[in-house]
Amino acid sequence: MSDIITKLKKANLLGRGGAAFPTHLKWQMVKDQKSDTKYIVANGSEGEPATQKDGYIVEHYPETLIQGLKLALDAIENSSAFIYLRKDYFKKYKNKLKKLIGDLPIEVFAEKGGYLSGEETMVCQEIEKSILRPRHKPPFPGQAGIHDYPTLINNIETFYYAAKIAEGKYNNERFYTILGDVKNPGVYELSAKATIKDILKETKNLPDFKFFAQVGGGASGEIILDTEIDQLAQGSGSIVVHNQEKTDPYELMSEWLQFFMAQNCDKCTPCREGTYRLAEMIKNKEISKEDFEDLLFTLENTSFCALGKMVVPPLRTMSHKILKI
Amino acid sequence: MSKNKKTFFIKINGKSYRAKEGQTILDVALKNKIFITRLCYHPDTVAQGSCRLCLVEIKGKKGLFTACNTQAEPEMDILTDSKNISRAKQTNLELIFTEHCEECADCIYKYNCSIKEFAKENKVKINKFPDRKKDHPVHQFGPALIFDSKKCIDCGICVDICKKVGACFLEYEKKGDFYEVTPSSDPKKDCIYCGQCLTHCPVGAFEGVGEFESIEEPLKQKDQGKTVVFQFAPSIRSTIGEEFGMPHGSIVTGRLIAAIKKLGIENVFDVSVAADVTTIEEAKELIERLGDKKASVPMFTSCCPGWVKYLEFYQPEFIPHLTSVRSPQIIMGGLIKTYWAEKNNIDPKDIVVVSIMPCVAKKYEIERPEVMIGDIKPVDHVLTTREFAQLLKKHKIDLKEVKAVAPDPFISAPTGAGVIYGASGGVMESALRTAYKMITGKKLPKLELKQVRGIEGFKKAEIDIDGKKLKVGVVNGAANAQKILDELKENPKAYDYVEMMACFGGCIGGGGQPVPVNDEIRKKRAQGLYNIDNRKNIRMADESPFVKTLYKEFLADHDNVHKTCHTTFSKKEKEVHPTPYKK
Repeated sequence: MSDIITKLKKANLLGRGGAAFPTHLKWQMVKDQKSDTKYIVANGSEGEPATQKDGYIVEHYPETLIQGLKLALDAIENSSAFIYLRKDYFKKYKNKLKKLIGDLPIEVFAEKGGYLSGEETMVCQEIEKSILRPRHKPPFPGQAGIHDYPTLINNIETFYYAAKIAEGKYNNERFYTILGDVKNPGVYELSAKATIKDILKETKNLPDFKFFAQVGGGASGEIILDTEIDQLAQGSGSIVVHNQEKTDPYELMSEWLQFFMAQNCDKCTPCREGTYRLAEMIKNKEISKEDFEDLLFTLENTSFCALGKMVVPPLRTMSHKILKI
Repeated sequence: MSKNKKTFFIKINGKSYRAKEGQTILDVALKNKIFITRLCYHPDTVAQGSCRLCLVEIKGKKGLFTACNTQAEPEMDILTDSKNISRAKQTNLELIFTEHCEECADCIYKYNCSIKEFAKENKVKINKFPDRKKDHPVHQFGPALIFDSKKCIDCGICVDICKKVGACFLEYEKKGDFYEVTPSSDPKKDCIYCGQCLTHCPVGAFEGVGEFESIEEPLKQKDQGKTVVFQFAPSIRSTIGEEFGMPHGSIVTGRLIAAIKKLGIENVFDVSVAADVTTIEEAKELIERLGDKKASVPMFTSCCPGWVKYLEFYQPEFIPHLTSVRSPQIIMGGLIKTYWAEKNNIDPKDIVVVSIMPCVAKKYEIERPEVMIGDIKPVDHVLTTREFAQLLKKHKIDLKEVKAVAPDPFISAPTGAGVIYGASGGVMESALRTAYKMITGKKLPKLELKQVRGIEGFKKAEIDIDGKKLKVGVVNGAANAQKILDELKENPKAYDYVEMMACFGGCIGGGGQPVPVNDEIRKKRAQGLYNIDNRKNIRMADESPFVKTLYKEFLADHDNVHKTCHTTFSKKEKEVHPTPYKK
């Protein structure tokens, strides 16, 4: 095991894109593949609404990100890398990044699609300039990614912390995006062990009114009541606070569904039609519990890719906890 | 060296089955005749994974899996039915029905509709949700095809198959919140009318123009005092039986003639008879071209109108390579309205020629101005195999019950060579049998040219004719034809003669043929035609009694040959445009 991979394992770094997969396993898998070409991608698609931490890292710590990529390039033979950015980030940061990259085999890449383009197999499709629809897994990108070569895809934040770990400067932190009905919105770097309550308190954002928060993404994050905030902030680490009295849950759910419908690829039945039916039910405020639950069950269990499954947690928690359906 | 694939056992519903490395759960299930609900799976394309109906549970794993794209693994323990599977399958079917505006009476799946079956089996409320696509447009692809997007369930097969054919005309475009299957608006892309979208669509969103609302039109003209005659293509005899529940590849020539006569039609022509004329003219042209240093070689066949459209639109620089010989349907129609009309003292204007064709592109071919003989249109109507079967059913004629009649020894007695036109490689084989004899004065030592037979998309062979090696290619699927064109751009002498068909397997896999279709079925249909050839006494086009008389009585005149047997081709502009969506 290479030095850095041992360190990643020891630090127990988990992927910061949302799925929290152990980073050292991903690196090891790609390292172990026999191939004369391998790819590394720092994923800065950051398509989830209300999540801004990847942009924040590229803006404030681009050197650390590139250092993290360099570690991966050194650990994985025959590899070259991409910094994969959503359109606005690309426009804003490409010159700065290119200057810092210098002669390193790292390309700054502008994604074409939206939310779905952050999904791993879509990242491969984008870089190959293929049709923008997700691929079936397995094979995973670590086995057959870009042009079927082994491909390591990690979130930008993950590479940032890989560099910190190598420098011995990692103390189990992570980035949080705090938005919504709060006094001090913004991106904060705090302990990964902090509860939602700690985070809101420490950033002077804990409301003095009845609220609920959407945690782990402004579309796919779960609803957490103010009585439940003694838990970690999962997923991409975003916290959106909603004043419970002033928030129309139907309007909020409609917003999510409009977002999913606009961003999904329409390949599979449950995500294409199911999301639309849910949107119609919520628009008309006519929710039959049975139909609603059947649709969520089907999205969760039969969607082709992760997007369809991600429609479920926010709707389910909102309907159970707030609407009491 | 081929690597032997590991085999192992998996359990499906408690029973053990052998599986091979690389097989999906669905592959294993299908091989063992275990039924799994599915719509977006077709063996001619990669697994789409879009309908989400082929759901299974795997013991020890959480959630549901789709059988079509989940690889079988040793000791997998699979269930194809459970409470969770039923719940999700039912929901997905209800969602699929919101996309499909039913019009069952006119549908090509009138008698074998999968989604209706699935709805029944799974207790689906087909109207649970309102129709999402009720205002979606109907697209017409020239005189050949209709795509009713109100029925499309977005499975993706047609887009894939259009790409596999080589037309790349169907695509996804975002309309509002949804990606929709739509004909391309790109001026560089056009429909070639092959109809593979139609035969691969699982829900009947595509149909031939007039299918089935106009099938009675030809018979109505009989009531108006016209002489209505029917002609049927080579491949029909081994496919139409399927429409009446007969096994794939059943030969029904005599029954077919009898059934047409039962509709009150006296004169039934076999297009295979004209295929023999095509063969002779094509063999002559081939020999001429090979002997002329200035001529365009290789020569390409031109009896497939889908392929011709492909070349005229996508690769017009190759037009000089197309043989000028008309397709058998157009030759036959032309001969009926000239030679036969004169013999029988009928004014050609009073004759209505109806073709039964395996093909929707043949509907387009009869409208080509290049095929006119003066002001005479050789063929007036084209009914596909499916349409004609439906016409018989409407008239309560069951092909299975009809007693076969002997073909008219003159107008419906083809040679074996004329019959095999219906299979990929058949045109080439027929022409070479005759060309060989024209060049050497002898018959081929072995008439069967096995090298050019079979449903593979790309076949290559060298035929020895008097010491000269003739390089031939046989392709089906326009994408395979494109491979030959690309090869010729590099090496213009790579071939001497190439047979090209747009549809997989040739006409037996045509867009007008019965559905469903797959490689197994195409093989059986083709075999049916080769079996006829094997049993025929006369297997050379030039030995046909019809052909001999015809060349003596009518085609001795060069003008007659020119006007009934030859045509021209030209570069084509885009003909098909999408119908706009309502705002």
